[in-house]
Amino acid sequence: MSEHRALNRRVVTLPFMLLGVLFLIALYYLGVRFVNGMGFVTNLNGGYAWGLWVVYDIVIGTALACGGYALAVVVYVANKGKYHPLMRPALLASLLGYGLGGLGAFIDMGRYWQFYNILLPWHMNFNAVMLEVGLCVAAYILVLLIEFAPVALEKFGNTNLRQKLNKVLFFFIALGVLLPTMHQSSLGSMLIAMGHKVHPLWQTLYLQPLLAVLTAFTMGFAVVVFEASLSSVGFGRPSETPLLSGLGKAIVGLIAVYLLFRFGEVVVQGKLGLLFAGDLGSLMFLLESALFIYPMVVLMSPGARSNSRLLLWSAVSMLFAGSLYRLNAFLLTYNPGPGYSYFPSVPEIMVTLGLVALEVMVFLYVVKRFPVLHGEKRA
Amino acid sequence: MKRRDFLKASISGAATLCSGGALARPNLEPAPNAVGMLYDSTLCVGCKACVSKCKEVNGMPAVIEGDWYSWDSARDLSSDTLNVIKVYREGEAEVKDRVENGFAFEKRSCMHCVDPGCISVCPVTALRKDAINGIVTYHADACIGCRTCMTGCPYNVPQFDYDNPFGEIHKCQMCNQAGVERINKGQITGCAEACPTGATLFGTREALLQEARRRMSLKPGEIYSYPRGDVSKPHSLYEKPAPEYQQHIWGEKEAGGTNVLHISAIPFDKLGMPPLRERSYASISETVQHTIYNYMALPAVVLGGLTYVVRRNINDDEGDKS
Repeated sequence: MSEHRALNRRVVTLPFMLLGVLFLIALYYLGVRFVNGMGFVTNLNGGYAWGLWVVYDIVIGTALACGGYALAVVVYVANKGKYHPLMRPALLASLLGYGLGGLGAFIDMGRYWQFYNILLPWHMNFNAVMLEVGLCVAAYILVLLIEFAPVALEKFGNTNLRQKLNKVLFFFIALGVLLPTMHQSSLGSMLIAMGHKVHPLWQTLYLQPLLAVLTAFTMGFAVVVFEASLSSVGFGRPSETPLLSGLGKAIVGLIAVYLLFRFGEVVVQGKLGLLFAGDLGSLMFLLESALFIYPMVVLMSPGARSNSRLLLWSAVSMLFAGSLYRLNAFLLTYNPGPGYSYFPSVPEIMVTLGLVALEVMVFLYVVKRFPVLHGEKRA
Repeated sequence: MKRRDFLKASISGAATLCSGGALARPNLEPAPNAVGMLYDSTLCVGCKACVSKCKEVNGMPAVIEGDWYSWDSARDLSSDTLNVIKVYREGEAEVKDRVENGFAFEKRSCMHCVDPGCISVCPVTALRKDAINGIVTYHADACIGCRTCMTGCPYNVPQFDYDNPFGEIHKCQMCNQAGVERINKGQITGCAEACPTGATLFGTREALLQEARRRMSLKPGEIYSYPRGDVSKPHSLYEKPAPEYQQHIWGEKEAGGTNVLHISAIPFDKLGMPPLRERSYASISETVQHTIYNYMALPAVVLGGLTYVVRRNINDDEGDKS
């Protein structure tokens, strides 16, 4: 009945076990973190309150998990039903990416046993961007679970519940477009209050929410293209290039708008000189911009859009571009003032790697046991 | 048609967003009876009696870094140090309060901002400003440990205790936290009480600003009667020729102003003060946030539009398939 089917292959493979080892290492360091304190595993300090865990697991990780968001806009808002076959894997990746973000936030939370305070109205501070991010990310994880529920219901053959859910699913799909727009833009707004600590090339004040949501969008599209191309290579499935090339057009437009605002702000605010300062900030800005410009230029040509290799390279470039934009703003060029420096410790890196490994393991398990990937005949 | 509907919704949303400019939130104003401190770098001799007294009042251990110390050698703020004296050194460091080949002292502790970044960014209201005396306090029972306050403070004042599995944020609460309450009892802050030269003075923000302005107007070498302790009722005074002050009262205007004011003979950027404009970043952040989320009207309108469009598109799809 469904056009989706499980891959029905062995789950426990050698790569799966290697990922498991990475996850076990992370578990060990997490034990130390919860028993002794964060100082025993991280290099966080008085100037750098946020390190790898916040900036990768939450700020970058949730943007990498915007595939479901970007595709939902294309399929349900712009009404391009032909992209529907990509929806389920994108949703699954989003659910796992956001789940990882939520887990990362909990691990990084210094007083995690009181996390529920953020849900209590008498504690809420409606001026705080962090409140919006926290509540909205939590709500979106629930929405993703509901959006993905038909997959599980299909597997367990609960048609009755599935039909009921299908009747109201449109509302959750709409929420699933609204909520990421809200919290992804807010992730950018968080930089405003950090003021002078954010490098002038990244401190765009009123433009922060727009630039954040635009880059989240490009990353969402990139991850869809990336996953679809990779799964056709990795699982030897037929290529979905004809579908993906249409997304390429949208990507060109998105990046063009982004670059217009990004460079427009730099010019209008008289910060052009900083581009050629020859320091870390200027270097990173140029690298980041090049990573955005490359896919835009490549995907402008129709020939390149139907070339799966070039599509893949463009997607990778965009993923690095969006990630670097966030990494630069929050960490690499972030300067709290004299006397402070930060580089993640080995345990910090191992925890992040282990959590990503967990995410990949769950992804592999679900696509092999649940009807997620699109049936081969129609693809 | 469908796309046009969505565009319409988007445009009306954008219009709401733009008209929201009227919601711009200006800097906050000082509390009616704001109390604070005036730190005069030229009077400070670097004895660190204030550091020691602060630890006594707050029940914190001495921090020993390096071999050369008297009672405390903390180099920066931490979860065990809420107040610290730092040194500016240049070249030979021969003459006090001189930029070249000179040295100077600078106090680091919570500035008790008039428009505090830490309060604006805290999602759970764990940081609060007293409505009367303007003191910025921390409440561990509300705090979730996200440390956004640390990123939102221009001075890196809030410090999380990373070495404690159940750590909390530590910052100067002007000796007025529950259980200490020196200000409520009519006493002055520990550091101002301990300061032998009056480099740290306690008082209302208004009285301290007046005192700072008087010092700005002194001619170098002019004899001035410097108070110790409380600026309004000093426990003693001493006469001393005035130094050549920078014509700059730090905290009068920076990012909306602070209740702790600093004056000095060398420029503040040399003393490690951050580059701040008059508008607080908190006010910009809140303007953006309240423009987008004013009564949740914009998200509600967008959700309505999205629900309508998505529902119709789904029904279309089902029609295609059957």
